[in-house]
Amino acid sequence: MQNIPLTWWLSVATALFSLGLYGALSRKNAIAILMGLELMLNAVNINLVAFNRYITPQNVTGQVFAVFVIAIAAAEAAVALAIIIAAYRQRGTVNVDDLDSMKF
Amino acid sequence: MEPIITWLANLLANVSWWPWPAPPSAAIIIWVVYGLFIAFGIAPLAMIVLTWLERKIIARIQDRIGPNMAGPFGWLQAVADAIKMLTKEDTTPAGADRIPFNLGPGLIAVSAVLVFAVIPLAPGIIGSDLNIGIFYVVAVGSFGVLGTLMAGWSSNNKYALLGAFRAVAQLVSYEIPMAISLITVAVVAGSMSTLTIIHNQAVANGGWYIVAMPITFLVFFLAGMAETNRSPFDLLEADSEIVAGFHVEYSGMKYAMVMIGEYVHMLALAGLSATIFLGGWRGPFVEQLYNAVPILGGLLGLVYFLAKVLLFIFVMMWFRGTLPRFRIDQLLDFGWKFLTPLSLFNLLTSAFVVKLFQPAGTAGVALPAGPLAGFGGLGLTSALLISNLLVAFIASLAVRSLARRSRGNVLKAVAGVEG
Amino acid sequence: MTEQIVFFIFTIMVLGGGLGVVSTKNLYYAALFLSLSFSGMAGYFIMLNAGFLAAVQIIVYVGAIAILILFAIMLSRKVMTTNEPQTNKQNWLALIVTPLLYLTLIFLVVKVNWPVSSAAPALDVLTQMGAQFLGGYLIPFEVMSVLLLVALVGAIILARDVEKGRE
Repeated sequence: MQNIPLTWWLSVATALFSLGLYGALSRKNAIAILMGLELMLNAVNINLVAFNRYITPQNVTGQVFAVFVIAIAAAEAAVALAIIIAAYRQRGTVNVDDLDSMKF
Repeated sequence: MEPIITWLANLLANVSWWPWPAPPSAAIIIWVVYGLFIAFGIAPLAMIVLTWLERKIIARIQDRIGPNMAGPFGWLQAVADAIKMLTKEDTTPAGADRIPFNLGPGLIAVSAVLVFAVIPLAPGIIGSDLNIGIFYVVAVGSFGVLGTLMAGWSSNNKYALLGAFRAVAQLVSYEIPMAISLITVAVVAGSMSTLTIIHNQAVANGGWYIVAMPITFLVFFLAGMAETNRSPFDLLEADSEIVAGFHVEYSGMKYAMVMIGEYVHMLALAGLSATIFLGGWRGPFVEQLYNAVPILGGLLGLVYFLAKVLLFIFVMMWFRGTLPRFRIDQLLDFGWKFLTPLSLFNLLTSAFVVKLFQPAGTAGVALPAGPLAGFGGLGLTSALLISNLLVAFIASLAVRSLARRSRGNVLKAVAGVEG
Repeated sequence: MTEQIVFFIFTIMVLGGGLGVVSTKNLYYAALFLSLSFSGMAGYFIMLNAGFLAAVQIIVYVGAIAILILFAIMLSRKVMTTNEPQTNKQNWLALIVTPLLYLTLIFLVVKVNWPVSSAAPALDVLTQMGAQFLGGYLIPFEVMSVLLLVALVGAIILARDVEKGRE
């Protein structure tokens, strides 16, 4: 395990976070934005578990937090997809640029 | 596993012409290669044997003879079928998404094979004793759902898409009661490792779990049947409604992969049920024999295990021969409004009973002994059985009153039409 | 050495999947890439002595979230299968900002002297997690369950067809 330094994990997590952020910022489809958000949450999870393994290997607090993150991601995905489906029924589109009736 | 590896190593040590690494590591290598061979050989073999068995059993149930021409009892029919499938043209529809279309059946088959990693086939023979054993089973099942969805959507066919829609609704809803019943088992066994679960089913520790938890077994088995897409839960294939559902566009070897996935899934469900609820390889004389001659004890355990697996397979085929298919709304109602609440209620009562009989111990924190801990394993088994029967009784009362009310509504509606 | 090879394989799965998610035009492929990325992450968790979390990752992300996303894509497939560009007007801005963020974070990762401990990893991960969920983190755990229940009810109410709900 010590063959892989901690910074490798952190670099991967950082790259994944940036990819997710790019997806969330640049896509116009609501479901694609949601996928970007999920990638970002997962990058955070890699960080939490890697820190737990390398800095406090004797206890599992990082993994406990990762479980909380996963649960919140699941709740978020369920509600977000329900909203997207409802919006698609009402407007016939899931393009966030077209869903602008709150804007004056 | 160690006794067998030791035995192999001793055997190799006596062979003077062995040219290769030193006996202990050679024994381990042979063992691993053998395990891989079993893991990948079991899938096509299971399909060949089970299709023949299924055709025979269904034929008997329907008062026919079944395949009887090729070979004695027609058992060469299955081999002929396999050869036919291998030699058929392997088509990919013009409008299909090629990569997911070809990946889908593989994913279905692999997810079924992966389950065998945690099923102990005989004393000392297990792929890997994970401490999250039965949780792992739920996890690898998810890949099968993904494969089904990929196959259905990529086929670019409306029946395949309908099948995929049904598949998601069915597989996702039945995963919940299945997971909850597995959690109930984990609570009672105090572990998720399949080896510990088998250990706890020794007669001295309280006996088979099917005696202690019949309701949990029922929920698990029914939900598992739904997960394997077997009749009466086969409406994601439903050959008479949507031709074959998600695998309508598959032919040749890829169709064979889908079928291998289905039959191996059946085998995995039967193996899991035997392991978790019928004590796996447990049976008379296995342990004594295993301690004396590991190989013979292992073989006897394997025989007992296979007998239990075949029992469950027979029950599944019996279901298929007797029960008509569900309608989609009945299926979802049965999953969400009956199995899920029943399994949750059962989990609560089982956890309460287990707490009463808990021996003192430590699991992260110190646990005090429960008030009835002195009664031991058999006390726990009988208390669990009583609580399960109570839950079953309450559930049947609830179903009865609900059925009465809905029947009353129907009568009222009919009277309203007539009046 | 073996560990490093395994790490690279999983990295290809995770980052390749992530790149696929943000770059492909076809949302169906994007969802499949997403599940590839999630599976690679489960491999990471196994390497990091978090086997339970790996199983949770597969069940929740591959088995539930990726499937939900695929399902949503199927339900709204009329607008999903178009071949017009999937990026919005601020695409170029995102292309500038995210690499900058990445470089900043990498700079931090390399610069900070992480207090790495060489102690052996915990063996009783599962029991420790159980004790923490029902001990120190009891209230967050319960709040999480309430949150999931609220999300369940909310999702059903939102997604239900209003016209049919009235009859």
